Amino acid sequence: MTWLAGLDPTRWGRPYTRVGGRIRTPRPLLVHTLVHVPHYDASVAATLPPWARTLYQRAAASSPVSLAELSADCAIALGVARVVLSDLSAAGHVHLGSGAQDPRDTVVLGRVLDGLRKLA
Amino acid sequence: MVAGGLGVGKTTAVQSISEIATINTDNWMTEPGRPLDALADGQGKTTTTVAMDFGRITLESDLVLYLFGTPGQPRFWTIWEDLCRGASAALVLADARRLETSFPAIDYFERDADIPFAVAVNRFDDVLPHPVERIRAALELPEHVPLTTVDARSRSSVARALITTVGHSLRQAVLASGGDASGGGR
Repeated sequence: MTWLAGLDPTRWGRPYTRVGGRIRTPRPLLVHTLVHVPHYDASVAATLPPWARTLYQRAAASSPVSLAELSADCAIALGVARVVLSDLSAAGHVHLGSGAQDPRDTVVLGRVLDGLRKLA
Repeated sequence: MVAGGLGVGKTTAVQSISEIATINTDNWMTEPGRPLDALADGQGKTTTTVAMDFGRITLESDLVLYLFGTPGQPRFWTIWEDLCRGASAALVLADARRLETSFPAIDYFERDADIPFAVAVNRFDDVLPHPVERIRAALELPEHVPLTTVDARSRSSVARALITTVGHSLRQAVLASGGDASGGGR
């Protein structure tokens, strides 16, 4: 944990000490970004810090799962989960949805409407 | 997104239709505080907590609709910007007895966001104190914004309010693409 050396507790909220005060990720991770674990590896899990291991294991158990659900299920603050999952993705342990799907694509919205009509 | 002032029924609405126990805590979503917060409490506080309701509806084996109930206060608007980036539509809930609590949310979607939104007045105790069109006038809601009523306790009623909302978004999307929206999404 080399980042601990540079830790200034007056600068960061407590949850962020787990990720060295980082709050940004290389690309934006949204609350509904889907997290997928293609190949769970117990030996990888064993090497991770506890919070990262929790996220990794939970993601593997219910893959794919949204970032929001994962964060809530693991009781790990969303901002922290974002950074940890981004690291796990960079290391190739988890796959993060591209978010390339347009949420207002007419085909998607039409399918959502059809699904909702069954509930009405 | 399900927005609106405190106490208008967001939590109830999300709970009514979500297939998972709604996630509703005041601390799971700790975000870095903004300078405003640090100044406001004088303690150099660096995080702020955000209450949020989160629900899920599996519509098809490969199609999941997530619901995010978000508080309508300006201090949370950095969260809203994040949510808006992936939102299909927004539903603003209002309480006819306290319409002003939903003004900030309506202002936000009208001026600061580009996602289509609809407004639903929650029928508390099945009583609507004013006719819907008078409520539209009081909210100064443009004609193109759908206004409906909802019983937040009822799954089917919430589903119908979501249909109004998503249908509006679909029509806007079709119009934006230069298509004919007259036959689509009701």
